[in-house]
Amino acid sequence: MVSLLDIIGPVMVGPSSSHTAGACRIGLLVRGLVGGTPEKARIELHGSFARTGEGHGTDKALAGGLLGFRPDDERLRDALDIMEREGLDYQFEKTTLADDSHPNTCRLTVERAGQTTTVIGSSLGAGRIRLSEIDGYPVELTGHLPTIVLVAADQPGSVARIAGILAEKRVNLATMRLTRKERGGDAFMVIECDEPPGDIAREAIDDLDWVKWVRTLDKVGG
Amino acid sequence: MYKSLADAIRDAEASGRTLSATALALESKDQGRTVDDIRSALRRALEVMRSAVERGLEGDLRSASGLVGGDAALVAKSSAGPMSNTLFSDVLARALAVQEVNAAMGVIVAAPTAGGAGVLPAVLTGLARNRKIGDEAVIDALATAGLIGAVVAERASLSGAEGGCQAETGAAAGMAAGAATEMLGGTPSQVGHAVALTMQGLLGLVCDPLGGLVELPCVFRNATGAALALAGIEMALAGITFAIPVDEVIDVMGEIGRNMDVRYRETAGGGLAATPTGRRLAKERLVQIRTAPR
Ligand code: SF4
Repeated sequence: MVSLLDIIGPVMVGPSSSHTAGACRIGLLVRGLVGGTPEKARIELHGSFARTGEGHGTDKALAGGLLGFRPDDERLRDALDIMEREGLDYQFEKTTLADDSHPNTCRLTVERAGQTTTVIGSSLGAGRIRLSEIDGYPVELTGHLPTIVLVAADQPGSVARIAGILAEKRVNLATMRLTRKERGGDAFMVIECDEPPGDIAREAIDDLDWVKWVRTLDKVGG
Repeated sequence: MYKSLADAIRDAEASGRTLSATALALESKDQGRTVDDIRSALRRALEVMRSAVERGLEGDLRSASGLVGGDAALVAKSSAGPMSNTLFSDVLARALAVQEVNAAMGVIVAAPTAGGAGVLPAVLTGLARNRKIGDEAVIDALATAGLIGAVVAERASLSGAEGGCQAETGAAAGMAAGAATEMLGGTPSQVGHAVALTMQGLLGLVCDPLGGLVELPCVFRNATGAALALAGIEMALAGITFAIPVDEVIDVMGEIGRNMDVRYRETAGGGLAATPTGRRLAKERLVQIRTAPR
């Protein structure tokens, strides 16, 4: 359903909703996945991101997102300088990903506090985005709602158990998706919630001994 | 939101309300937000639009490539043209100003997109200043613009990559024309004709930015789009009715976009981008991403 405010908005730093605002949102989601500003990042740009990220500020927007700037934050313009000043090591490369990749796609490999994550994300137009792969797990993460992501050992009843915890903490579930690389392997869960789930719900999930890690991601709009 | 302007116009007329009131009521129901809440988001949008206009008119901005910037101030200061120092030249200057801000990575409101973001603020804030129209009426007009854009999104497209520039600055011009027509006291049906009269003049417009960047011709296309919106408003308020219903004009815009060769849809493979000078400038002037040494 199209909303008036999708049309008159968003408020954003130009010049392109897909190449600038969308790129920033991808950076923000990836930042959320590692729980803060990454110390290192290798950012590979594919397709139109590689071709016209030049001058669309796609590099600045991705770095700005990793630094925690939102799409309407004027600091995006200076994100590369800020990154250098803060001693962060973000490198950009052009690459060619799978043929069926969306034209505005990038792969980010980021490191923070000893944790490394590799993410593939695309900017779909009008600022909407989708992360399609996290550490080799196929996912679908759009950031249009507050989201919980977690990796858990494959366990009968795991989905019901987590849904139960969320219901107990009065968090309203919007969608829940589970993917595995192989049968019996770890499962990656993406849970979209109507409201921010809060620390208590996250900690309750983290306390389950078969949950390997869990993060809550703020909504990034779009 | 409505999927047909004819439906929205019929509802507005049946209830004796404006299109903006009709659209705000439906948005409130759709999204579970109060009308006040939606209007305050639109108020913020109006504030950002105004500051983008002012920032651009200062005239010192340059885009990443240096290809655009400073032209809004030229128009604003000029007295050489037949329309200098009129509403018309003021609207042109405002459209250029917002797009110059956009190209320089300044803050704008994507309405409907970043590439077409100059048209709506130019027409609405230019007219509001000229006619001394208060902010509440401009905020209502933004709701009408949102309604028109939502119908175009639903029936056609708002993306240059999907539908050419007719879908971006063309849709923006239609939104601006309809919104301003209501703001100036036009009836809901005159709003519909203003949209149709404006968009018919932009059908088939290709998306051909140099090097694929939202700079050239985008900045100027916002100015010419705003000019056509003024033409549409003038004709609709004079009582001209356009024989093809507005929904059908929007539908055919979508159809033309779908049939448009991919060269003309933001790929920089055709149009101005592919002219000898367009290619040369793109090669010489486009900034490169600082990639890691291999
Ligand atoms: S030419 Fe293309 S990129 Fe430029 S304003 Fe038009 S649709 Fe947008």
